Amino acid sequence: MSDALSNDHDASDMSGGDDGQEDVMTPSELIGKLEEAWLNEKFSPELLENKSERVECVMEQLTHMEANLQRVRKGDMKASVHRMEIDRIRYVLSSYLRSRLKKIEKFFPHVLEKEKSRAEGDTSFLSPEEFAFAKEYLANTETYLKAVALKHMPPNLQTVDMLKAVPEPCLDSFVFLRVRARQENILVEPETDDQREYVVDLDEGSQHLMRYRTIAPLVSSGAVQLI
Amino acid sequence: MFCEKAIEIIRELHRMGDGQLPAFNEDGIRQVLEEMKALYEQNQSDVNEAKSEGKSELIPTIKFRHCCLLRNQRCVTAYLYDRLLRIRALRWEYGSVLPTNIRFHMCAEELEWFNQYKKSLATFMRSLGGEEGLDITQDMKPPKSLYIEVRCLKDHGEFEIDDGTIILLKKNSQHFLPRWKCEQLIRQGVLEHIMS
Repeated sequence: MSDALSNDHDASDMSGGDDGQEDVMTPSELIGKLEEAWLNEKFSPELLENKSERVECVMEQLTHMEANLQRVRKGDMKASVHRMEIDRIRYVLSSYLRSRLKKIEKFFPHVLEKEKSRAEGDTSFLSPEEFAFAKEYLANTETYLKAVALKHMPPNLQTVDMLKAVPEPCLDSFVFLRVRARQENILVEPETDDQREYVVDLDEGSQHLMRYRTIAPLVSSGAVQLI
Repeated sequence: MFCEKAIEIIRELHRMGDGQLPAFNEDGIRQVLEEMKALYEQNQSDVNEAKSEGKSELIPTIKFRHCCLLRNQRCVTAYLYDRLLRIRALRWEYGSVLPTNIRFHMCAEELEWFNQYKKSLATFMRSLGGEEGLDITQDMKPPKSLYIEVRCLKDHGEFEIDDGTIILLKKNSQHFLPRWKCEQLIRQGVLEHIMS
């Protein structure tokens, strides 16, 4: 369906951002990548790396499509098909951003801690706007708890350690995945004491159900896709 | 027994399932805080006594009271935090303006938290993409069909759709219209989506 886009658009190349981290992509590749990021984020128990360049590109794309739609002759069959496509893309994008926001809110002290302690060159997990949102959420919640209860408590109990109080993401939850690039010698840690660790090879195209922790680095590298 | 009130307020909240928000139990919180104050003061005097008169047999009681204090703190914060989560869900369900009956169930500080949360969310949404941002509280479900059945809730006059036809939106009339054209009116409460 996304091929219908390329016929109507002037700009069929989408070069992401100014740092050129993403290669020049066609619109359908861009949407494909958005869907991958969307699924990964939806099924992963923890917050994944932020893909704000992709988000920006998709938004540009949507604006472009809306503008094109205005120019199409009214009542033309193509208009409704394009309209549906715009709505679908907007849904995927919104759902992706909502997944991220939900996780940021759910794990806010840990997310902020992770961001604070990351090294200079590492990619950020939060976009600047998400970071601001997370900080505001923390401040808002702390202010609230203090005002309603904590300030009325005995002096030694007036603070709550958010890192301890808010649960961490459960990295041992099981996820379904499809393998994109063959992986060898993946070490699977034992779950119980009477199991022993073992090693698996993941064949390209195969699908598995595994603990997230085992394959977390493969998700960020793109070697597997969560489904 | 200590900490009973704290458990009671949590149980009361837990009983209201489905994310409903019961009235803020100001009385319950106040009672727990008073209990904490009493426990703390008892501990203070015991600690002084134990230090000055070397009465180390008071130490187990002191420890026990301290555990009760921690438990009370934990229960109260859990109660308050769970309410915040429910309030947060309200923003996503009802939008920025809450129905009055729900607002009555919230204390002043919760309303303040809600306002701040709304603001943060709005700032975030506006920052998405280049220009006006993206309202991610819309498009909650994947678009299923191009056309939807709608009922008109108020008189809205004439309405033009893409192929030039003009529809008269009279109260209680039903129409089969393109979904994207109706979204704005559905949000405004002029049209109602009929799901069969």
